[in-house]
Amino acid sequence: MAQLEEVNVDQYKHLVSERALTGETMLLNMGPQHPSTHGVLRLLLELDGETVLNCIPDIGYLHTGIEKNMEAKTYLKAEVMSDRLDYMNTMGNNLAYVLAVEKLVELDVPPRAQAIRVILTELQRIASHLVFLGAFGLDLAAMSVFLYCFREREAILDIAELCSGQRMMTTYFRPGGLWRDVPVEFETAVRNFLKMFPKRVDEYETLLTKNPILLDRTVGIGKLDIATALQHGATGPMLRASGLNWDLRKARPYSGYEQYDFNVPTRTEGDTFARYIVRIEEFRESMKIVEQALNKLPMGPVNSDNRKFVPPPRSELGVSMEALIHHFKLWTEGFPAPKASVYSAVESPRGELGVYLEGDGGPKPQRIHWRTPSFDNLSVIEKMVRGHLVADLVAILASIDIVLGDIDR
Amino acid sequence: MDKKLEPIVQALQEKYTTSIEEFRDEVHIFIKTEQIVDALTLLRDKYDFELLSALTASDYWPQQSPRFHVIYQLSSISRNLTLQLRVPLDGNNPKLPTATRVYQVANWRERELLDMFGIEIEGHPDPRRILMPEDTTGHPLRKDFPLGYEEPQFTFNIDEIDLHKPYAKE
Repeated sequence: MAQLEEVNVDQYKHLVSERALTGETMLLNMGPQHPSTHGVLRLLLELDGETVLNCIPDIGYLHTGIEKNMEAKTYLKAEVMSDRLDYMNTMGNNLAYVLAVEKLVELDVPPRAQAIRVILTELQRIASHLVFLGAFGLDLAAMSVFLYCFREREAILDIAELCSGQRMMTTYFRPGGLWRDVPVEFETAVRNFLKMFPKRVDEYETLLTKNPILLDRTVGIGKLDIATALQHGATGPMLRASGLNWDLRKARPYSGYEQYDFNVPTRTEGDTFARYIVRIEEFRESMKIVEQALNKLPMGPVNSDNRKFVPPPRSELGVSMEALIHHFKLWTEGFPAPKASVYSAVESPRGELGVYLEGDGGPKPQRIHWRTPSFDNLSVIEKMVRGHLVADLVAILASIDIVLGDIDR
Repeated sequence: MDKKLEPIVQALQEKYTTSIEEFRDEVHIFIKTEQIVDALTLLRDKYDFELLSALTASDYWPQQSPRFHVIYQLSSISRNLTLQLRVPLDGNNPKLPTATRVYQVANWRERELLDMFGIEIEGHPDPRRILMPEDTTGHPLRKDFPLGYEEPQFTFNIDEIDLHKPYAKE
């Protein structure tokens, strides 16, 4: 048994300034149980009065060993774990995973499945940004925005439930297509949402964008320039708010994103307010994509007919010997993947969500690594908070939009 | 291979006499441990690979040399290219020079390698565990680390398992 040791400054002396060792500045723990650390994040702060001199994030409180667990499961069963990573962006994680598997085994996806994937991922992006907006408002003492945001998010989760039977842990996208086709009510539900939502975004803007309290607390706070962002691997809205137009949906289109017409919102200020505005703009762009995809939603199958990887429909099992064999093989053994590796990345609401997937020739992966955007986005915080007040740290942390499940994996 | 990537790969091949793998249009370049920092600096400064997208490893236990492959997934934003560097490491006392001076994102990623694979990072500014608690023994993502299911107790082995259960005994 390991002995419990008291935490002392010696452990961190290479990370704090010399004044902390003499007791001139104060070391203060923020978290892991703190409402504005969005989960279980611990920040060790070195303070001079109320000014932050150093910020040392301590992560790992939510480490669940998802990568190790996925290595022990077949490709189909491992997908269930992917929902649990970034629990605000479940469909996006499913998409990242199935794209990697499809690339590894060379599986084609029918156009209808691709379009439905795009619609649901974009709706999920809106839902994720709604949680960001709500929490951002809450951290800056605008309580009502939080309640409005969660009301709209519920409408999106209802659509997810309509398709997959689950509000959050959907596992709806499968290698080769979808679990099943969307129900007939799907189109009306999405259209109703599209009709209702633009007005709601304007409502949020009237509450926040010109609110003097919000402006006071966000403009010029936590500036991040492009060079620092790239050095620390920060991607997504963080990078776009600093002025670099980089979106994987445009740069390396996947799942048919090249067919849709949308803009990539960027700002040049790189401060907390810019990150907020970029996400507000992304609401509108995501709605544009959903509308276009819905208008030209093709008919046809939603699953690849490659039976070596995709289970046959239930109706065939009673009449076809081959279907029964394929069903049995897929659900007991799983499908084999070649002994090679692929890296595939998608644009999650937080940035580049990459999957490094390596097969070992058998039905289970040799290695699966998740390049999660929050992990790298958080590592830049020490640069952003230096010289700001503790209250600003809360605003900066909210604007990074961290999800601890995404960081700790 | 992407047309734009060909001259870069050729230049690397001439400089470091490396072997190359290609799979599904992705290029993997094998680099020796002592040359990796040099190669990363060259790629960042001369060929605009601004972003180190991912840094991870893969364990090929029980194979011993090489036991690990350390994987550097690089991404160029201005040229829209990706490239993967792989560093084979021996299973006995694996060591890797730090890349934090080239890409600061490597700081946390290398701490993760240290934590999860037990790869020693030479010259790292902050060599502590990152995800597991400080007092953990072992490195979870190594293949010889058990996944950690609890052994079920039956009448024939209840006492034996009880002996090594981690609760206070009187």
